[in-house]
Amino acid sequence: MSMPFYVSPEQVMNDKAQYARKGIARGRSLCALVYEDGILLAAENPSEVLHKISEIYDRIAFAGVGKYSEFDALRRAGVQFADVRGYQYSREDVDARSLANAYAQMMAHTFTNDIKPLEVEILVVEVGVLPAEDQLFRITFDGVVLDEDHFSVIGGEADPISERLKESWREGLSLGDALRTARTALAGADRTIEANALEVAVLNRANGRRAFRRIDGAQLLEIVGA
Amino acid sequence: MTVRLPGGTDFVALLRSVGHDPFASVTAADSAPQITHGTTICAIRYADGVVMAGDRRATAGNMIAHRSMEKIYPADRHSGVAIAGAAGAAMEMVKLFQLQLEHYEKLEGVALSLEGKANTLAQMVRSNLPAAMQMGLVVVPLFAGYDIRRRRGRIYTYDVTGGRYEETDFQAEGSGGRDARTTIKLGWRDALPRAETVELAIQALYEAADEDSATGGPDPVRGIYPMVATITEEGFEELPEDQVAERFRALIERKQRAATGTLPTAPATPPSPPSAAPAKRTRAPRPEGGAPA
Repeated sequence: MSMPFYVSPEQVMNDKAQYARKGIARGRSLCALVYEDGILLAAENPSEVLHKISEIYDRIAFAGVGKYSEFDALRRAGVQFADVRGYQYSREDVDARSLANAYAQMMAHTFTNDIKPLEVEILVVEVGVLPAEDQLFRITFDGVVLDEDHFSVIGGEADPISERLKESWREGLSLGDALRTARTALAGADRTIEANALEVAVLNRANGRRAFRRIDGAQLLEIVGA
Repeated sequence: MTVRLPGGTDFVALLRSVGHDPFASVTAADSAPQITHGTTICAIRYADGVVMAGDRRATAGNMIAHRSMEKIYPADRHSGVAIAGAAGAAMEMVKLFQLQLEHYEKLEGVALSLEGKANTLAQMVRSNLPAAMQMGLVVVPLFAGYDIRRRRGRIYTYDVTGGRYEETDFQAEGSGGRDARTTIKLGWRDALPRAETVELAIQALYEAADEDSATGGPDPVRGIYPMVATITEEGFEELPEDQVAERFRALIERKQRAATGTLPTAPATPPSPPSAAPAKRTRAPRPEGGAPA
Protein backbone atom coordinates (compact mmCIF):
# COMPACT_ATOMS: atom_id res chain seq x y z
CA MET A 1 0.00 0.00 0.00
CA SER A 2 1.40 3.36 -0.96
CA MET A 3 1.64 6.16 1.54
CA PRO A 4 0.16 9.46 0.36
CA PHE A 5 2.35 12.48 0.82
CA TYR A 6 1.67 14.34 4.01
CA VAL A 7 0.77 17.99 3.53
CA SER A 8 -0.02 20.01 6.62
CA PRO A 9 -3.56 21.48 6.73
CA GLU A 10 -2.03 24.89 7.23
CA GLN A 11 -0.13 24.55 3.97
CA VAL A 12 -3.27 23.41 2.14
CA MET A 13 -5.29 26.39 3.40
CA ASN A 14 -2.54 28.83 2.57
CA ASP A 15 -2.23 27.48 -0.94
CA LYS A 16 -5.98 27.65 -1.49
CA ALA A 17 -6.20 31.16 -0.11
CA GLN A 18 -3.35 32.30 -2.31
CA TYR A 19 -5.00 30.73 -5.34
CA ALA A 20 -8.33 32.42 -4.56
CA ARG A 21 -6.72 35.83 -3.95
CA LYS A 22 -4.89 35.63 -7.26
CA GLY A 23 -8.12 34.89 -9.10
CA ILE A 24 -9.96 37.74 -7.39
CA ALA A 25 -7.13 40.20 -8.02
CA ARG A 26 -7.43 39.67 -11.78
CA GLY A 27 -10.79 41.48 -11.89
CA ARG A 28 -11.71 45.08 -11.21
CA SER A 29 -12.94 46.20 -7.81
CA LEU A 30 -16.37 47.28 -6.71
CA CYS A 31 -17.77 49.39 -3.89
CA ALA A 32 -21.01 50.04 -2.05
CA LEU A 33 -21.61 53.19 -0.06
CA VAL A 34 -24.40 54.70 1.96
CA TYR A 35 -25.89 57.93 0.57
CA GLU A 36 -28.85 60.09 1.57
CA ASP A 37 -31.59 57.92 0.02
CA GLY A 38 -30.10 54.47 0.53
CA ILE A 39 -27.12 52.52 -0.75
CA LEU A 40 -25.20 53.06 -3.98
CA LEU A 41 -23.26 50.26 -5.64
CA ALA A 42 -20.67 51.05 -8.30
CA ALA A 43 -18.35 48.76 -10.23
CA GLU A 44 -15.89 49.11 -13.02
CA ASN A 45 -17.41 46.85 -15.63
CA PRO A 46 -17.03 47.34 -19.39
CA SER A 47 -19.80 44.80 -20.13
CA GLU A 48 -23.38 46.03 -20.25
CA VAL A 49 -24.95 42.59 -20.03
CA LEU A 50 -22.76 40.61 -17.65
CA HIS A 51 -23.68 42.33 -14.44
CA LYS A 52 -21.66 42.37 -11.25
CA ILE A 53 -24.46 44.08 -9.33
CA SER A 54 -27.98 42.67 -9.14
CA GLU A 55 -31.23 42.57 -7.24
CA ILE A 56 -31.86 39.74 -4.79
CA TYR A 57 -35.04 40.83 -3.04
CA ASP A 58 -37.16 43.87 -2.23
CA ARG A 59 -34.49 45.66 -0.20
CA ILE A 60 -31.46 43.46 -0.83
CA ALA A 61 -28.81 43.71 -3.52
CA PHE A 62 -25.88 41.49 -4.41
CA ALA A 63 -22.51 42.35 -5.88
CA GLY A 64 -19.65 40.06 -6.76
CA VAL A 65 -16.11 40.26 -8.08
CA GLY A 66 -13.80 37.56 -9.36
CA LYS A 67 -14.84 34.70 -11.57
CA TYR A 68 -18.15 35.57 -13.25
CA SER A 69 -19.56 32.05 -13.47
CA GLU A 70 -18.98 31.49 -9.77
CA PHE A 71 -20.48 34.69 -8.40
CA ASP A 72 -23.38 34.43 -10.83
CA ALA A 73 -24.17 30.96 -9.48
CA LEU A 74 -24.07 32.44 -5.97
CA ARG A 75 -26.39 35.25 -7.07
CA ARG A 76 -28.92 32.77 -8.48
CA ALA A 77 -28.76 30.69 -5.31
CA GLY A 78 -29.40 33.89 -3.33
CA VAL A 79 -32.48 34.79 -5.38
CA GLN A 80 -33.81 31.25 -4.87
CA PHE A 81 -33.09 31.36 -1.14
CA ALA A 82 -34.85 34.71 -0.77
CA ASP A 83 -37.86 33.93 -2.97
CA VAL A 84 -38.55 30.61 -1.24
CA ARG A 85 -38.25 32.17 2.20
CA GLY A 86 -40.53 35.06 1.24
CA TYR A 87 -43.12 32.60 -0.12
CA GLN A 88 -42.89 30.34 2.92
CA TYR A 89 -43.13 33.08 5.56
CA SER A 90 -43.54 36.71 4.52
CA ARG A 91 -41.66 39.25 2.47
CA GLU A 92 -40.61 41.00 5.68
CA ASP A 93 -38.84 37.88 6.89
CA VAL A 94 -36.24 37.99 4.14
CA ASP A 95 -33.18 39.85 5.41
CA ALA A 96 -29.58 40.37 4.41
CA ARG A 97 -28.21 38.89 7.62
CA SER A 98 -29.68 35.43 7.08
CA LEU A 99 -28.71 35.52 3.43
CA ALA A 100 -25.15 36.54 4.30
CA ASN A 101 -25.01 33.64 6.77
CA ALA A 102 -26.23 31.20 4.15
CA TYR A 103 -23.58 32.47 1.73
CA ALA A 104 -20.90 32.22 4.41
CA GLN A 105 -21.84 28.59 5.08
CA MET A 106 -21.79 27.78 1.39
CA MET A 107 -18.48 29.48 0.71
CA ALA A 108 -16.75 28.15 3.82
CA HIS A 109 -17.88 24.65 2.95
CA THR A 110 -16.50 24.97 -0.56
CA PHE A 111 -13.23 26.42 0.71
CA THR A 112 -12.67 23.58 3.16
CA ASN A 113 -13.98 20.63 1.18
CA ASP A 114 -13.46 21.26 -2.50
CA ILE A 115 -10.15 21.12 -4.27
CA LYS A 116 -10.64 24.50 -5.87
CA PRO A 117 -11.81 27.40 -3.68
CA LEU A 118 -14.21 30.00 -5.05
CA GLU A 119 -12.36 32.86 -6.70
CA VAL A 120 -14.96 35.39 -5.64
CA GLU A 121 -15.72 37.99 -3.05
CA ILE A 122 -19.28 39.18 -2.58
CA LEU A 123 -21.33 41.93 -0.99
CA VAL A 124 -24.85 41.54 0.36
CA VAL A 125 -26.41 44.90 1.19
CA GLU A 126 -29.82 45.78 2.56
CA VAL A 127 -31.44 49.19 2.71
CA GLY A 128 -33.44 49.69 5.90
CA VAL A 129 -36.65 51.61 6.46
CA LEU A 130 -34.49 54.09 8.38
CA PRO A 131 -30.90 55.00 7.42
CA ALA A 132 -29.67 53.54 10.71
CA GLU A 133 -30.92 50.12 9.59
CA ASP A 134 -28.82 49.93 6.43
CA GLN A 135 -26.59 46.87 6.36
CA LEU A 136 -23.47 46.02 4.40
CA PHE A 137 -22.06 42.50 4.56
CA ARG A 138 -18.85 41.56 2.85
CA ILE A 139 -18.16 37.85 2.43
CA THR A 140 -14.74 36.62 1.41
CA PHE A 141 -13.82 33.51 -0.60
CA ASP A 142 -13.29 31.46 2.60
CA GLY A 143 -16.69 32.32 4.05
CA VAL A 144 -15.66 35.04 6.47
CA VAL A 145 -18.49 37.55 6.99
CA LEU A 146 -17.66 41.17 7.75
CA ASP A 147 -20.38 43.57 8.85
CA GLU A 148 -19.31 46.98 7.60
CA ASP A 149 -20.43 50.57 8.17
CA HIS A 150 -20.91 53.40 5.66
CA PHE A 151 -19.07 51.73 2.77
CA SER A 152 -17.60 48.43 1.70
CA VAL A 153 -15.13 47.50 -1.03
CA ILE A 154 -14.39 44.13 -2.63
CA GLY A 155 -11.86 43.04 -5.23
CA GLY A 156 -8.10 42.98 -5.68
CA GLU A 157 -7.71 46.71 -5.08
CA ALA A 158 -9.98 46.75 -2.04
CA ASP A 159 -7.47 48.14 0.46
CA PRO A 160 -6.34 51.27 -1.40
CA ILE A 161 -9.94 52.00 -2.47
CA SER A 162 -11.11 51.65 1.13
CA GLU A 163 -8.42 54.10 2.19
CA ARG A 164 -9.61 56.61 -0.40
CA LEU A 165 -13.25 56.18 0.65
CA LYS A 166 -12.29 56.64 4.28
CA GLU A 167 -11.04 60.09 3.26
CA SER A 168 -13.88 61.09 0.96
CA TRP A 169 -17.06 59.48 2.35
CA ARG A 170 -19.28 61.58 4.55
CA GLU A 171 -22.80 61.42 5.95
CA GLY A 172 -25.75 62.41 3.73
CA LEU A 173 -24.08 62.39 0.30
CA SER A 174 -26.45 63.16 -2.58
CA LEU A 175 -26.72 60.57 -5.36
CA GLY A 176 -24.46 62.62 -7.65
CA ASP A 177 -21.86 63.20 -4.97
CA ALA A 178 -21.92 59.56 -3.90
CA LEU A 179 -21.43 58.45 -7.48
CA ARG A 180 -18.56 60.86 -8.06
CA THR A 181 -16.99 59.76 -4.77
CA ALA A 182 -17.25 56.11 -5.78
CA ARG A 183 -15.89 56.76 -9.26
CA THR A 184 -12.88 58.68 -7.98
CA ALA A 185 -12.17 56.11 -5.29
CA LEU A 186 -12.37 53.21 -7.74
CA ALA A 187 -10.09 54.94 -10.24
CA GLY A 188 -7.40 56.27 -7.94
CA ALA A 189 -5.35 59.42 -8.50
CA ASP A 190 -3.69 58.63 -11.80
CA ARG A 191 -6.63 57.68 -14.04
CA THR A 192 -10.37 58.21 -14.60
CA ILE A 193 -13.05 55.64 -15.40
CA GLU A 194 -15.20 56.34 -18.44
CA ALA A 195 -18.93 56.60 -17.67
CA ASN A 196 -19.69 53.73 -20.05
CA ALA A 197 -17.29 51.48 -18.12
CA LEU A 198 -19.24 52.02 -14.90
CA GLU A 199 -21.97 49.73 -13.69
CA VAL A 200 -24.14 51.52 -11.16
CA ALA A 201 -27.25 50.59 -9.18
CA VAL A 202 -28.99 51.88 -6.09
CA LEU A 203 -31.19 50.57 -3.34
CA ASN A 204 -33.34 53.62 -2.80
CA ARG A 205 -35.66 53.76 0.22
CA ALA A 206 -38.13 55.87 -1.80
CA ASN A 207 -38.55 53.31 -4.62
CA GLY A 208 -41.41 51.42 -3.02
CA ARG A 209 -41.43 47.67 -2.48
CA ARG A 210 -38.57 46.89 -4.87
CA ALA A 211 -35.84 49.33 -3.92
CA PHE A 212 -33.32 48.22 -6.54
CA ARG A 213 -32.79 50.34 -9.67
CA ARG A 214 -30.01 50.31 -12.20
CA ILE A 215 -28.62 53.67 -13.25
CA ASP A 216 -27.31 53.43 -16.78
CA GLY A 217 -27.30 55.03 -20.21
CA ALA A 218 -28.45 58.60 -20.41
CA GLN A 219 -29.34 58.78 -16.73
CA LEU A 220 -25.80 57.81 -15.71
CA LEU A 221 -24.23 60.31 -18.12
CA GLU A 222 -26.49 63.02 -16.77
CA ILE A 223 -25.36 62.34 -13.22
CA VAL A 224 -21.62 61.89 -13.69
CA GLY A 225 -20.87 63.61 -16.98
CA ALA A 226 -18.93 61.77 -19.67
CA MET B 1 -19.24 23.88 -4.90
CA THR B 2 -22.50 23.40 -3.02
CA VAL B 3 -24.57 25.92 -4.94
CA ARG B 4 -27.76 24.12 -5.90
CA LEU B 5 -29.38 25.03 -9.18
CA PRO B 6 -32.63 23.19 -9.81
CA GLY B 7 -35.03 23.81 -12.63
CA GLY B 8 -33.75 27.03 -14.22
CA THR B 9 -36.19 29.86 -13.68
CA ASP B 10 -39.21 27.75 -12.73
CA PHE B 11 -40.25 28.94 -9.29
CA VAL B 12 -42.89 26.24 -8.76
CA ALA B 13 -40.33 23.51 -9.59
CA LEU B 14 -37.96 25.15 -7.10
CA LEU B 15 -40.70 25.07 -4.45
CA ARG B 16 -41.33 21.38 -5.16
CA SER B 17 -37.61 20.64 -4.83
CA VAL B 18 -37.64 22.07 -1.30
CA GLY B 19 -40.80 20.26 -0.28
CA HIS B 20 -43.67 22.64 -1.07
CA ASP B 21 -46.21 21.55 -3.63
CA PRO B 22 -48.57 24.45 -4.24
CA PHE B 23 -50.74 22.41 -6.64
CA ALA B 24 -50.85 19.26 -4.53
CA SER B 25 -53.86 17.25 -5.57
CA VAL B 26 -56.75 17.23 -3.16
CA THR B 27 -59.00 14.25 -2.55
CA ALA B 28 -62.73 14.56 -3.00
CA ALA B 29 -64.64 14.96 0.24
CA ASP B 30 -68.04 13.33 0.82
CA SER B 31 -69.68 16.69 0.96
CA ALA B 32 -67.80 19.67 -0.36
CA PRO B 33 -67.59 22.52 2.15
CA GLN B 34 -68.98 25.92 1.30
CA ILE B 35 -66.18 27.49 -0.67
CA THR B 36 -65.68 31.22 -0.80
CA HIS B 37 -66.13 32.58 -4.31
CA GLY B 38 -65.17 35.83 -5.93
CA THR B 39 -67.31 37.20 -8.70
CA THR B 40 -67.29 39.92 -11.36
CA ILE B 41 -64.11 41.14 -13.03
CA CYS B 42 -63.51 42.85 -16.35
CA ALA B 43 -60.75 44.22 -18.55
CA ILE B 44 -61.15 46.78 -21.31
CA ARG B 45 -58.56 47.83 -23.87
CA TYR B 46 -58.31 51.57 -24.52
CA ALA B 47 -56.03 54.12 -26.14
CA ASP B 48 -53.12 53.89 -23.64
CA GLY B 49 -53.44 50.31 -22.44
CA VAL B 50 -55.98 48.40 -20.39
CA VAL B 51 -58.48 49.21 -17.64
CA MET B 52 -59.18 46.40 -15.20
CA ALA B 53 -62.01 46.46 -12.69
CA GLY B 54 -63.62 44.12 -10.20
CA ASP B 55 -66.23 44.14 -7.45
CA ARG B 56 -65.28 43.45 -3.83
CA ARG B 57 -67.72 40.79 -2.73
CA ALA B 58 -66.86 37.19 -1.88
CA THR B 59 -69.69 34.73 -1.34
CA ALA B 60 -70.01 31.28 0.22
CA GLY B 61 -73.24 29.82 -1.04
CA ASN B 62 -75.91 32.41 -0.35
CA MET B 63 -73.84 34.12 2.35
CA ILE B 64 -71.65 37.15 1.84
CA ALA B 65 -68.30 35.84 3.05
CA HIS B 66 -66.27 39.01 2.66
CA ARG B 67 -67.14 42.57 1.68
CA SER B 68 -63.80 44.06 0.79
CA MET B 69 -61.97 41.35 -1.10
CA GLU B 70 -59.54 42.57 -3.74
CA LYS B 71 -59.75 40.81 -7.07
CA ILE B 72 -57.38 42.90 -9.17
CA TYR B 73 -53.68 42.45 -8.51
CA PRO B 74 -50.59 43.78 -10.22
CA ALA B 75 -48.79 40.74 -11.67
CA ASP B 76 -45.68 42.82 -12.28
CA ARG B 77 -44.95 46.36 -13.43
CA HIS B 78 -46.73 46.06 -16.77
CA SER B 79 -49.46 43.51 -16.19
CA GLY B 80 -52.33 42.73 -13.90
CA VAL B 81 -54.38 39.69 -13.05
CA ALA B 82 -58.00 39.57 -11.94
CA ILE B 83 -59.59 36.55 -10.34
CA ALA B 84 -63.02 34.95 -10.28
CA GLY B 85 -63.89 31.60 -8.75
CA ALA B 86 -62.70 29.85 -5.61
CA ALA B 87 -61.08 32.66 -3.64
CA GLY B 88 -58.48 30.68 -1.70
CA ALA B 89 -57.12 28.81 -4.70
CA ALA B 90 -57.23 31.97 -6.79
CA MET B 91 -55.28 34.08 -4.30
CA GLU B 92 -52.64 31.39 -3.97
CA MET B 93 -52.38 31.24 -7.76
CA VAL B 94 -51.96 34.99 -8.01
CA LYS B 95 -49.27 34.95 -5.33
CA LEU B 96 -47.38 32.20 -7.14
CA PHE B 97 -47.81 33.95 -10.47
CA GLN B 98 -46.43 37.23 -9.09
CA LEU B 99 -43.49 35.40 -7.54
CA GLN B 100 -42.83 33.44 -10.72
CA LEU B 101 -42.65 36.62 -12.81
CA GLU B 102 -40.38 38.36 -10.33
CA HIS B 103 -38.23 35.23 -9.90
CA TYR B 104 -37.71 34.98 -13.65
CA GLU B 105 -36.98 38.69 -13.96
CA LYS B 106 -34.35 38.60 -11.22
CA LEU B 107 -32.63 35.44 -12.42
CA GLU B 108 -32.59 36.38 -16.09
CA GLY B 109 -32.18 40.12 -15.73
CA VAL B 110 -35.11 40.83 -18.10
CA ALA B 111 -38.87 40.54 -17.71
CA LEU B 112 -40.81 37.88 -19.64
CA SER B 113 -42.69 39.03 -22.72
CA LEU B 114 -46.42 39.62 -22.19
CA GLU B 115 -47.14 36.46 -24.19
CA GLY B 116 -44.71 34.54 -21.97
CA LYS B 117 -46.48 35.79 -18.87
CA ALA B 118 -49.87 34.79 -20.30
CA ASN B 119 -48.55 31.28 -21.05
CA THR B 120 -47.07 30.93 -17.56
CA LEU B 121 -50.48 31.70 -16.09
CA ALA B 122 -52.09 29.15 -18.46
CA GLN B 123 -49.81 26.45 -17.05
CA MET B 124 -50.82 27.40 -13.52
CA VAL B 125 -54.53 27.22 -14.38
CA ARG B 126 -53.87 23.83 -15.97
CA SER B 127 -52.05 22.63 -12.83
CA ASN B 128 -55.14 23.55 -10.84
CA LEU B 129 -57.37 21.28 -12.96
CA PRO B 130 -57.38 18.30 -10.52
CA ALA B 131 -58.55 20.59 -7.71
CA ALA B 132 -61.15 22.08 -10.05
CA MET B 133 -62.47 18.65 -11.06
CA GLN B 134 -62.44 17.00 -7.64
CA MET B 135 -63.35 19.85 -5.33
CA GLY B 136 -64.90 22.38 -7.62
CA LEU B 137 -62.07 24.80 -6.87
CA VAL B 138 -62.41 26.44 -10.24
CA VAL B 139 -60.18 29.47 -10.79
CA VAL B 140 -60.73 31.59 -13.87
CA PRO B 141 -58.26 34.44 -14.05
CA LEU B 142 -58.30 37.32 -16.43
CA PHE B 143 -54.87 38.53 -17.45
CA ALA B 144 -54.16 41.90 -19.04
CA GLY B 145 -51.12 43.97 -19.62
CA TYR B 146 -49.29 46.52 -21.67
CA ASP B 147 -47.15 44.89 -24.35
CA ILE B 148 -43.98 46.99 -24.40
CA ARG B 149 -42.83 45.53 -27.71
CA ARG B 150 -46.13 46.01 -29.55
CA ARG B 151 -47.03 49.18 -27.64
CA ARG B 152 -50.65 48.26 -26.90
CA GLY B 153 -52.85 46.77 -24.22
CA ARG B 154 -53.66 43.05 -24.50
CA ILE B 155 -56.19 40.88 -22.69
CA TYR B 156 -56.17 37.10 -22.12
CA THR B 157 -58.86 34.82 -20.74
CA TYR B 158 -58.57 31.21 -19.60
CA ASP B 159 -60.76 28.18 -19.26
CA VAL B 160 -60.50 25.70 -16.43
CA THR B 161 -58.30 23.33 -18.47
CA GLY B 162 -55.67 25.98 -19.00
CA GLY B 163 -56.89 27.03 -22.44
CA ARG B 164 -55.63 30.53 -23.15
CA TYR B 165 -57.55 32.89 -25.38
CA GLU B 166 -56.54 36.35 -26.42
CA GLU B 167 -59.44 38.81 -26.49
CA THR B 168 -59.33 41.63 -28.97
CA ASP B 169 -61.03 44.43 -27.04
CA PHE B 170 -62.62 43.56 -23.69
CA GLN B 171 -63.78 40.70 -21.54
CA ALA B 172 -65.62 40.11 -18.26
CA GLU B 173 -65.65 36.97 -16.13
CA GLY B 174 -67.43 35.64 -13.08
CA SER B 175 -71.07 35.24 -12.19
CA GLY B 176 -71.90 38.82 -13.17
CA GLY B 177 -69.60 38.67 -16.21
CA ARG B 178 -72.39 38.40 -18.72
CA ASP B 179 -74.11 41.60 -17.62
CA ALA B 180 -70.82 43.42 -17.39
CA ARG B 181 -69.84 42.23 -20.85
CA THR B 182 -73.09 43.42 -22.41
CA THR B 183 -72.71 46.84 -20.81
CA ILE B 184 -69.17 47.17 -22.10
CA LYS B 185 -70.17 45.96 -25.55
CA LEU B 186 -72.74 48.75 -25.84
CA GLY B 187 -70.31 51.51 -24.89
CA TRP B 188 -67.03 50.30 -26.34
CA ARG B 189 -65.28 51.77 -29.32
CA ASP B 190 -61.70 51.65 -30.50
CA ALA B 191 -59.11 53.87 -28.77
CA LEU B 192 -61.43 55.18 -26.06
CA PRO B 193 -59.79 57.79 -23.82
CA ARG B 194 -58.97 56.83 -20.24
CA ALA B 195 -61.78 58.67 -18.45
CA GLU B 196 -64.48 57.17 -20.67
CA THR B 197 -63.05 53.67 -20.32
CA VAL B 198 -63.00 53.96 -16.53
CA GLU B 199 -66.61 55.19 -16.68
CA LEU B 200 -67.54 52.21 -18.85
CA ALA B 201 -65.93 49.78 -16.39
CA ILE B 202 -67.83 51.39 -13.53
CA GLN B 203 -71.12 51.15 -15.41
CA ALA B 204 -70.40 47.52 -16.23
CA LEU B 205 -69.81 46.66 -12.58
CA TYR B 206 -72.92 48.57 -11.56
CA GLU B 207 -75.09 46.64 -14.02
CA ALA B 208 -73.50 43.34 -12.98
CA ALA B 209 -74.24 44.04 -9.32
CA ASP B 210 -77.76 45.07 -10.30
CA GLU B 211 -78.51 41.71 -11.91
CA ASP B 212 -76.26 39.29 -10.02
CA SER B 213 -76.67 38.73 -6.28
CA ALA B 214 -73.09 37.47 -5.90
CA THR B 215 -71.63 40.69 -7.27
CA GLY B 216 -71.19 43.52 -4.82
CA GLY B 217 -72.20 47.03 -5.81
CA PRO B 218 -70.91 50.26 -4.29
CA ASP B 219 -71.23 50.21 -0.50
CA PRO B 220 -71.40 53.85 0.69
CA VAL B 221 -72.32 52.78 4.23
CA ARG B 222 -68.98 51.04 4.77
CA GLY B 223 -67.14 53.09 2.18
CA ILE B 224 -66.26 50.05 0.07
CA TYR B 225 -66.17 50.57 -3.69
CA PRO B 226 -65.17 48.32 -6.59
CA MET B 227 -61.53 48.41 -7.57
CA VAL B 228 -60.35 49.98 -10.82
CA ALA B 229 -56.80 49.98 -12.17
CA THR B 230 -55.08 51.06 -15.37
CA ILE B 231 -52.08 49.41 -17.00
CA THR B 232 -50.12 51.55 -19.42
CA GLU B 233 -46.54 52.10 -20.50
CA GLU B 234 -46.08 53.81 -17.11
CA GLY B 235 -47.10 50.64 -15.32
CA PHE B 236 -49.92 49.32 -13.14
CA GLU B 237 -51.81 52.04 -11.32
CA GLU B 238 -54.82 51.68 -9.07
CA LEU B 239 -57.41 54.45 -9.13
CA PRO B 240 -57.77 56.15 -5.73
CA GLU B 241 -60.89 54.90 -3.98
CA ASP B 242 -62.37 58.40 -3.58
CA GLN B 243 -62.31 58.85 -7.37
CA VAL B 244 -64.13 55.56 -7.86
CA ALA B 245 -66.61 56.55 -5.15
CA GLU B 246 -67.25 59.90 -6.86
CA ARG B 247 -67.95 58.20 -10.20
CA PHE B 248 -70.39 55.80 -8.56
CA ARG B 249 -72.14 58.69 -6.82
CA ALA B 250 -72.55 60.46 -10.13
CA LEU B 251 -73.80 57.28 -11.80
CA ILE B 252 -76.37 56.63 -9.07
CA GLU B 253 -77.57 60.24 -9.27
CA ARG B 254 -78.12 59.88 -13.00
CA LYS B 255 -80.00 56.62 -12.42
CA GLN B 256 -82.19 58.23 -9.74
CA ARG B 257 -83.05 61.17 -11.94
CA ALA B 258 -83.89 58.81 -14.80
CA ALA B 259 -86.12 56.73 -12.50
CA THR B 260 -88.08 59.74 -11.18
CA GLY B 261 -88.60 61.11 -14.66
CA THR B 262 -86.45 64.20 -14.30
CA LEU B 263 -83.94 63.21 -16.92
CA PRO B 264 -80.82 65.35 -16.79
CA THR B 265 -80.99 65.61 -20.58
CA ALA B 266 -84.73 66.58 -20.62
CA PRO B 267 -85.54 69.37 -23.05
CA ALA B 268 -85.78 72.86 -21.57
CA THR B 269 -89.17 73.57 -23.20
CA PRO B 270 -92.14 71.44 -22.14
CA PRO B 271 -93.39 68.95 -24.68
CA SER B 272 -96.10 70.22 -27.02
CA PRO B 273 -99.73 69.53 -26.08
CA PRO B 274 -101.20 66.40 -27.68
CA SER B 275 -103.37 68.37 -30.08
CA ALA B 276 -100.34 70.03 -31.64
CA ALA B 277 -98.55 66.72 -31.95
CA PRO B 278 -98.30 65.19 -35.38
CA ALA B 279 -100.64 62.34 -36.16
CA LYS B 280 -99.58 59.04 -34.69
CA ARG B 281 -97.18 57.37 -37.02
CA THR B 282 -96.64 53.71 -37.48
CA ARG B 283 -93.76 54.04 -39.88
CA ALA B 284 -91.00 56.45 -40.59
CA PRO B 285 -91.87 59.29 -42.92
CA ARG B 286 -90.37 59.17 -46.37
CA PRO B 287 -87.98 61.91 -47.26
CA GLU B 288 -89.77 64.72 -49.05
CA GLY B 289 -89.82 64.23 -52.77
CA GLY B 290 -88.42 60.81 -52.37
CA ALA B 291 -89.52 57.99 -54.53
CA PRO B 292 -92.26 55.84 -53.04
CA ALA B 293 -91.08 52.65 -51.56
